[in-house]
Amino acid sequence: MRYSGWQVIKQGLSGNRGWKPAWRDPAPKAEYDVVIIGGGGHGLATAYYLAKEHGLTNIAVLEKGYLGGGNVGRNTTIVRANYGLEGNSQFYSHSLKLWEGLEQDLNYNVMHSQRGIVNLFHSDGQRDAYARRGNMMMAQGDDAILLDRDGCRKLMPFLDYDQTRFPIFGGLYHKRGGTARHDAVAWGYARGADQRGVDLIQKCEVTGIDVENGKVTGVQTTRGAIRAKKVAMCAAGRSGQVAAMAGMRLPIESTVLQAFVTEGLKPVIDNVITYGMGHFYISQSDKGGLVFGGDIDFYASYASRGNLPMMEHVMEAGMTLMPMIGKAKLLRSWGGIMDMSSDGSPIIDKTHIDGLYVNAGWCYGGFKATPASGHCYAHLIATDRPHEAATRHRLDRFNTGRIMDEESKGSQHNLH
Amino acid sequence: MRIKCPLCGDRDSREFTPMGHETYMNRPDDEGWSPAWDNYLHLRDNPAGITREMWYHGAGCTSWLRVERDTVTHDILRVELAVDVKRGNA
Repeated sequence: MRYSGWQVIKQGLSGNRGWKPAWRDPAPKAEYDVVIIGGGGHGLATAYYLAKEHGLTNIAVLEKGYLGGGNVGRNTTIVRANYGLEGNSQFYSHSLKLWEGLEQDLNYNVMHSQRGIVNLFHSDGQRDAYARRGNMMMAQGDDAILLDRDGCRKLMPFLDYDQTRFPIFGGLYHKRGGTARHDAVAWGYARGADQRGVDLIQKCEVTGIDVENGKVTGVQTTRGAIRAKKVAMCAAGRSGQVAAMAGMRLPIESTVLQAFVTEGLKPVIDNVITYGMGHFYISQSDKGGLVFGGDIDFYASYASRGNLPMMEHVMEAGMTLMPMIGKAKLLRSWGGIMDMSSDGSPIIDKTHIDGLYVNAGWCYGGFKATPASGHCYAHLIATDRPHEAATRHRLDRFNTGRIMDEESKGSQHNLH
Repeated sequence: MRIKCPLCGDRDSREFTPMGHETYMNRPDDEGWSPAWDNYLHLRDNPAGITREMWYHGAGCTSWLRVERDTVTHDILRVELAVDVKRGNA
């Protein structure tokens, strides 16, 4: 069924009895051309673009839980292309362009809202760094405006501009950035892939990857063995366990990142605000809740929940930036498992095993990358050549020294 | 999370800084780049379950500790002084 305003009216007038499930629930077949391990945003997007752009439809997406039950449903929904590093800049720019056409492409309302993002700066040195980043973004063809203090005041009069620790000097304004409805992104890709014949198989955990003579031949799962010509790993926080099934070790440690949402409030925050010095960022959902977060908890974790010290740190940072939120009641908090790569950038590459591909290391930035990750990964799987927007996201870059260190911190765990 | 420092006793985890997997205890001797350095700096087993890692007790005795911890439940199972582990006294 094609979704439209007309359908909503028609179904509304007929008691909403005509809506059909958005995708099938098939049993796994014995063999596929491509098996994708992981039914999150990236895995579903990969399946969608394999089918749409490369004409491959004999594909299964294997998900151990339910579709979109991992990080694509556990993030703070921010979409942006404000990266400065060669390689990342092209990649996220590619992603934002896909975002801008996504709803029409999928025929699905992902509530993509380009409400703008402001990255605040608090010193002359940080202003210079952001001016440089803004120039990099414009050189890439994207948008950036360097706001001074008064420019920030006009957009966000409620911030505490004169706080003694980090007085606000200005901000880098990225107008095309914004937010999207995270679950809808997974559902839209799932529906689009299913319509093109992809089998989305839930409650099917991969327990082994079969390799013969250096070539992948299939996977073992909790629902039986499945033969496959190509196997694509796409398991985010669980990448380490999946790769271990193929005898691989990745440059990744999984940690927990917490996020928080308040009760619904009237519209108060128009755009996304990041406050890097305080480790805090915030936006307001369309439902009215203030959605915010900070840094990762910094220790290895698969618990999907964080601890109180980081929660306290985030709340304190929020209060120093915008004391007005102090009376808002916190509704809930959650944690997502971040696949932290040692240089802070992702990996989309082949492996040393023929027919086995890896997509991992998204750190805390996987959501905005969803369309480009799927698009570039699909290109790699279908053609065995990297997409031009993702040539530098190589698995061997750590060993060869061609690291992608966006934040200039180094290539070592616990730095990003 | 509370960590029982061998020198200071049971303390709030806020006093400690996690450094990462215990791989960091075995710095390679190689002068130039080698697979051992890739292993030391980048590659990780990344287990869901029991792991051993380095924590620094910065707001206490300033010792480096080796902490055995469950990454799924956040339980802390064993804490030793890194220097003891290194010297084989643990």
